[in-house]
Amino acid sequence: MPENKLCTMNEAVDRFVSNGATVAIEGFTAFICFAAAHEIIRQEKRDLTLCRLTPDLIYDQMVAAGVAEKLVFSYLGNPGVGSLHCIRRAVEKAIPKTLEIEEYSHFGMVGRYIAGASKLPFFPLRSYFGSDLAQSNDSIQFVDSPYGDERISVVPPLNPDVAFIHAQRADVKGNTHIWGLIGVQKEAAFASKKVIVVVEEIVDGSVIRRDPNRTLIPGLIVDAVVHEPYGAHPSYVQGYYDRDNAFYLEWDRISRDRELTENWLKEWVHDTPDRKTYLEKLGSERLKNLKPGEMMAGPVDYGLYD
Amino acid sequence: MNEAMTYTPSELMIVSASRALKGNRVVFVGVGMPNIACNLARRSHSPDLELVYESGIFGANPARLPLSIGDPTLVSDSISAVSMADLFMLYLQGGLVDVALLGGAQIDKYGNLNTTVIGPYDKPKIRLPGSGGACEIAINAKKTLIIMRLKKRAFVEKLDFLTSPGHLEGGNSRQNLGIPGAGPAMVITDRALFVFDDATGEMTLTEVAPGESIESIQAEISWPMKISADVKEMVAPRADELDLIREKLDPEGMYR
Repeated sequence: MPENKLCTMNEAVDRFVSNGATVAIEGFTAFICFAAAHEIIRQEKRDLTLCRLTPDLIYDQMVAAGVAEKLVFSYLGNPGVGSLHCIRRAVEKAIPKTLEIEEYSHFGMVGRYIAGASKLPFFPLRSYFGSDLAQSNDSIQFVDSPYGDERISVVPPLNPDVAFIHAQRADVKGNTHIWGLIGVQKEAAFASKKVIVVVEEIVDGSVIRRDPNRTLIPGLIVDAVVHEPYGAHPSYVQGYYDRDNAFYLEWDRISRDRELTENWLKEWVHDTPDRKTYLEKLGSERLKNLKPGEMMAGPVDYGLYD
Repeated sequence: MNEAMTYTPSELMIVSASRALKGNRVVFVGVGMPNIACNLARRSHSPDLELVYESGIFGANPARLPLSIGDPTLVSDSISAVSMADLFMLYLQGGLVDVALLGGAQIDKYGNLNTTVIGPYDKPKIRLPGSGGACEIAINAKKTLIIMRLKKRAFVEKLDFLTSPGHLEGGNSRQNLGIPGAGPAMVITDRALFVFDDATGEMTLTEVAPGESIESIQAEISWPMKISADVKEMVAPRADELDLIREKLDPEGMYR
């Protein structure tokens, strides 16, 4: 029986996201799986520890929706716009409830995933000297090099319970091609106990095998595959759609006000059963305007050696 | 003979930053004004300047003004799009970045930056975005240029939180911790330029914008400012520089 890991987002979240879990929905500005976040909110998961380098709007929405008890991160901005107002409200005023934070720098978060993925006890990186970040976070430590006089900072491994990785395409076994800003997608996937890949297109295994350098995530570590076109909106997928910058600006306005935020979550998440309905609500005109021009790469010849 | 062109304080900052990039090969960029400054440098005096973005791009050649450091326009037509692991380990920590542009909500006289909190960390009055890549950039880039508006509430005696190390406590305090990069070389503001004293690491006024005086600048600095023996006037933006900014780099005037 050929392996087939396809399922719906509803099934993936129901099966793989438990209350109290440590969840990573990565993607650095790109490939951010909002569809997964909205389903997690709809299924009323709670007490989650959310991990991302930059929480972006996705965790701002999840924190506002009350699913999170803790945030592990390195930057709290709305990229290119300003603050993440919902997370700020949680940190400054404990609204909707207290939010525990564990704060690093980008390199620290990258290092945590690498250590987690490769089963190292820690990751050494040259950062944090003289910074108060090391004072505010016990997990940032300094050690002496065993080989010389150098002192260096270290961070502990991060192994999320579940990761949602959005990408351009995968086969039904979960072998996944990603191109563009690959961020920490690969490291987060290898570090996580369960991996759900969410893609714009399902392709045949032969397409994957024709370009193995592009297969950042093997089906070997993938537990489920969800076919969800525009699953990353308002974030973007390289070559498929642009970032919806208008929405990022709109969110800045909405998220400053608690009531507006809750109304938006009700209308666009709680009362919108799935991503398909969300897209219908957004309208095809809006999606059409997000379509980029073409910039094809030339085909490459890996060679047939037989 | 140069016509007297009018320009905004932002344009003065952008052009000053662009000029400060001369002679560098690899610059670590953030969005906003640093991005325009780097692209201005590349299109004028430094065509070989390569732009690095912490999102994972080396050698960016954006077709439109990037709205964030992860804008898809940075990927297309770049030299190399890499994982963030490679970016931070091989490019930044590997010592390939000549200069990085940084900013902050607060700066002290040694160029240390705060982008984390106003108020105490555990109960902040204002929660700022945090480090992002700034802390490691401040440590590993060969040098940094700080770009900030000159305001008294930003130029403080003591930071609420030290996110990214500048010259720390001055003197050799930075080197004593084994920090490889030389730290901040300049602070570029909309009203004055500062360098850092070689021996003490203290911010030192070196140029004032047209219309400003030493006194008007000191009024925006919360500590008794160190002043260079020969304070000059900042050179106004040239017509060709303003043209590039207004017509090509920021036609919508987002950073005017």
